[in-house]
Amino acid sequence: MFKRFDGDARQPVEIFVDGRPVMAREGDTVSAALLASGLDVRRQTAVSGAPRLPYCMMGVCFDCLVTIDGMGNRQGCLVPVRPGMQVEIQKGKREIGR
Amino acid sequence: MTLRADAIIIGGGIHGCSTALHLCLRDFRPVLIEKDYAGRHASGVNAGGVRQLARHVAEIPLSIRSMDVWENVQDLVGDSCGFDSHGQVLVAEDEAELEICRARVADLNMRGFSHEELIDAKELRKLVPAVAETCPGGLVSRRDGAANPAQTTTAFRRQAEHLGTVVREGVEATNIRKDGRLWRVDAGGETYEAPVLVNAAGAWGGRIAASLGEPVPVETVAPMLMITSRVPAFIRPVVILRGRKLSFKQFENGTVLIGGGHLATPYQDSGETVLDWRKLQESARTVWELFPIMRNATVVRAWAGIEARTADDLPVIGPSARHEGLFHQFGFSLHGFQLGPGTGAVMAELIATGNTNTPIDGLRVERFAT
Amino acid sequence: MTSNRPMRDEYDVAVIGAGPAGLAAASLSAQSGLSTLLLDENQGPGGQVWRAVTSTPLKQTRLLGDDYWAGSKLVEEVRASGAEILQGATVWSLDPHLELGISVGGGSQFIRARRVILATGALERPFPIPGWTLPGVMTAGAAQTVLKSSGLVPSGKTVVAGQGPLFWLLTAQILRMGGQIDLILDTTQRLNYLRALPHAAAFLRSPYLLKGLAMMREVRSKVRVVSGVTKIAASGDGRLERVTYEVRGRSATAPADLLLLHQGVVPNVNLAMSAGVKHQWDEIQLCWVPVLDSNCGTSVDGIAIAGDGAGIAGVLAAVARGRIAARAAVEALKPEAGAKAPSMDTLRAALAKVERGRRFLDVLFQPPKQFRIPEGDTVVCRCEEVTAQDILDSVAIGATGPNQLKAYRRTGMGPCQGRLCGLTVTELMADARGKTPEEIGYYRLRAPVKPITLSELASLPKDESATKAVVRG
Ligand code: FES
Repeated sequence: MFKRFDGDARQPVEIFVDGRPVMAREGDTVSAALLASGLDVRRQTAVSGAPRLPYCMMGVCFDCLVTIDGMGNRQGCLVPVRPGMQVEIQKGKREIGR
Repeated sequence: MTLRADAIIIGGGIHGCSTALHLCLRDFRPVLIEKDYAGRHASGVNAGGVRQLARHVAEIPLSIRSMDVWENVQDLVGDSCGFDSHGQVLVAEDEAELEICRARVADLNMRGFSHEELIDAKELRKLVPAVAETCPGGLVSRRDGAANPAQTTTAFRRQAEHLGTVVREGVEATNIRKDGRLWRVDAGGETYEAPVLVNAAGAWGGRIAASLGEPVPVETVAPMLMITSRVPAFIRPVVILRGRKLSFKQFENGTVLIGGGHLATPYQDSGETVLDWRKLQESARTVWELFPIMRNATVVRAWAGIEARTADDLPVIGPSARHEGLFHQFGFSLHGFQLGPGTGAVMAELIATGNTNTPIDGLRVERFAT
Repeated sequence: MTSNRPMRDEYDVAVIGAGPAGLAAASLSAQSGLSTLLLDENQGPGGQVWRAVTSTPLKQTRLLGDDYWAGSKLVEEVRASGAEILQGATVWSLDPHLELGISVGGGSQFIRARRVILATGALERPFPIPGWTLPGVMTAGAAQTVLKSSGLVPSGKTVVAGQGPLFWLLTAQILRMGGQIDLILDTTQRLNYLRALPHAAAFLRSPYLLKGLAMMREVRSKVRVVSGVTKIAASGDGRLERVTYEVRGRSATAPADLLLLHQGVVPNVNLAMSAGVKHQWDEIQLCWVPVLDSNCGTSVDGIAIAGDGAGIAGVLAAVARGRIAARAAVEALKPEAGAKAPSMDTLRAALAKVERGRRFLDVLFQPPKQFRIPEGDTVVCRCEEVTAQDILDSVAIGATGPNQLKAYRRTGMGPCQGRLCGLTVTELMADARGKTPEEIGYYRLRAPVKPITLSELASLPKDESATKAVVRG
C-alpha cells in the first residue's frame, strides 16, 4: 500500500511487531511504521472480529488500536516509535490490562 | 383543544412509563407527558442495577414485588431489556464491615426476608474472582442482576404506547389545576383532562408537589457513572461496596460500568450536569485498588442523570394526602430503577382499586406532612 | 519553552491545539504577557495542515509547497513568545468552569485557565460508502499525514475519490513525491458549478483561486480523472481489492490496493460540545458550527474557538481567528498589554480578506446526498458496526434522534464517540423522519472526549515497571 520515499535520511529505529523485528524511522508513529512494514498488520474489531487498518491517521477513528509494551487499546497513529518497542496486533476483545 | 383521558401521567421515566403500561393492562387510557423524551434523565442513564440487596426495610416488599415483574419482563414488554440475573454482591472490605453485614442478615431474617445471604471470603472469591485478596466476605442477593436502563425505559414506553397510552414527548406539562373532579394540564398547545393525575416527574416531581400545596423535602442530584471499553468477561454479578462509594458491573458486551453515587453538579432548568472529575478520579482509585485487573481498561464515557433525593432517602409513593385523584411516584433517591416495573403495577392497582396488597406504608407522602 | 508536564495549576490562557489557529493565538497571548499554555496531542506542532513541520523527512520545499513551510515561521514565533508548549498532551475534559483534564506521560492532571481558546481544528467528513471499513480504504488526509510525517507514498494500485479544495492539494503532493495514483474519481456535482456561480465574483479575488487551478491542472496532466461520479463502492475479501463506480448510470470497476476518500472537512466539535458550547447546523457547509460572537467567543463564558473548529475557512482564516481570540483574551485580562498587539479592527479586516470567496468553495464542493446519507447495509457507525438499515429500523420502532438511537443500537458509544458517524446519523435520521438536522440534533457529548485508562485517570501507575518509568521521567 505504501512505500518509503527515497530521500528519507532519518535514523532507523527497531521495533517488534508480534515479536518480529521491524525497521521504523525516527519520528514515525507506530501506525506509520506498521503500514510501511509490508506485514499483515490488520487488527480485528472487538465487536465482530472484522479486519481493520488505520483509517484517519489523526487520532479520531480508533481503527489503529494496538497493544504497545503490554498496554492495550493505544492509538497507534498518535504514539511515536521508540527503540525496542513491543507492538502487538489486537485480535478481537483483548485481555484487560494487556 | 381539550382532550379527555383516564389518567394524566407527568414524567416519561421508567416510573411514568411503567404506570402507564400497567394502567393500560387495567383498561385505562392514560396520557403520558414528558418534557424531553422518555428516559432522557435518570431512568435512561442510571447504572442499571436490578437490586433488592441492601435496601431500606420500608421498600423491601416493593422491591420484591418488582423483582417478580423483572423476571417476566420479556413477556410484559416484548423486549429482554438487557436483564440478566447474575446476582449482586456487597463486598465488605474489612472485618468490621463484615460484622455489620452479619447483623443485617440477622435483622432481615427476623423480619421474614431471606433474599440476602452472608458470604465468607471463599464464596466471595468464587462469585467475584477478580476482587482484591484482602476482602473478608460480604452479602449476596442471588436473584438480583442488572438491565440496560435506556433499553428498558424505551421498551416500557413503547409497550405503553402500543397498549393505548398517548405519549406526548418534547412538551412540558404546565398549568396543572383541578376543576371539580377533573385534573387539567396544558401541554404542547392542548389541554388534557382526567380524574387521575400521576406525578412521576423525577427530579421535577418536587416542584409539582409543592405547586399543589404538598411540599416534600427533596433536592436535585446527579450521580455520576463511567463506562469502559469492551474487555473480556471477568465478572458476572454486580458488585457494590459497603464502605466506599463504588458499584461495578460488566455487561454482556464486555463493557464495565463504574458508579457508586459520587455526584455531579445538576443544572435543573437546562437539564444539564457538570461532571466532577476529581470525584471520578476517586472512583478510579477505588477500582484500581480493588480490581487490579482493571488498571489498564480505558474509560470511554462518563455521564450523570438528574433525579430527586428526599430527606430520608426513600421515595414518595401513593395517593396524595391533600387532593383526591392525585398520586405521587417520585423521589427515588438514586435507587428507583429496579423499583420501576413493580411500582407501576402497584400504582395502577391503587388507582384502579384504591388498594394494594404490597405494603408501602413507610413510603407515603403523609410522613412529610407538618 | 516545551515541557512534559504543565508547570502550574492555573494559567491566564490555555490554548488547545497547535495548528495554525492555536499557534497564532498562543503566540499573541504570550507576547502580551499572559501566562499561556499551549496543549497539543501530537508529537510536534503544526496541526493537520502543517503536520510535522519541524520534523518531516521531506526537506525540499518544492514537494510540500511554500504554504506548508509558512508554518515553521509561526512555530518559531510561538517558541520565542514565552508560551509553555506541551506536546503529546490529550485534553480529555473541559468544563464550563474552565477546568481542564489533561493526560500526559501516562498520568492525568487538572489545570484551570481564566480563558480557554479551542483550536482543535477539523476532521474529514465521514464518507460512508459500501466497504469503507475494509483494510486499504483510508481518508486522503491519512495519506497526507503519513506523507508529511514519515515520507510514505502510496504504492500499488491507488484510487483517490471525492472532492473539495484539499482534495487536489493532496493528490498533487502525492504525485510530486513519486507516489502512485492510478485513477481519480471526482464526485463534484455538475449542478454545483451553476449553484456556485453567483459567488464566483468574490472568489476571483480569493488567494486560493490561482493556486487551486494550477494544482488541478498539474494533477490532470498526470492521472486519469473521471468526473461526475455518482456512486462508489469498495469491495474485497478481508481487504480492498476493487473499487466500483458509476458515471451517468454506467458502472465500471477498477482494481485497487488503496482507496483514499475525501469529501471536505468539518469542525471537530467534541471538546467544545462537551463543555456545553452551543452549536447550530450550517445549511451550506452541512455540519455543526459553534455559535460565536465577533471575538470568536462562544456561549460559554471564557471559551473561544478559533480555526476550522469555528467553521471551515482554511489556514489563513485560522491564523486570523486565532489572533482575534487571543486579542480578546488580552483585552479582558490585561487591557494595558493590548497596545503592542495589532488592533482588533486590523485583525478583523485581515480575517475578512482571507474569508473572501469561501462561499463559492462551500457551494461548489457541497458533497452530494448519496455520499452523506448511505443506504442498506453500508456501515454508518464504524466502532459499533451499525448499518444504515439498522438505524432506519430503529427509527421505524420509535427512535427519534441520535441520543435515543443509542438505546437501540449503541451508535456513537464506541471509542470514536461519534466523530465518524455523528453527521451521518443526524442527516440520516433527519431524512428518514422528514425533519431538519437542527431539529434532529446531535449526540450529547461528554468528557472524556478521548478514552483514558483507569490508571491514567487515577493518576496511579499501572504496575511496578511503569512506576519506575515515571520516576526515570
Ligand atoms: S488511525 Fe484513526 S485514530 Fe489512529
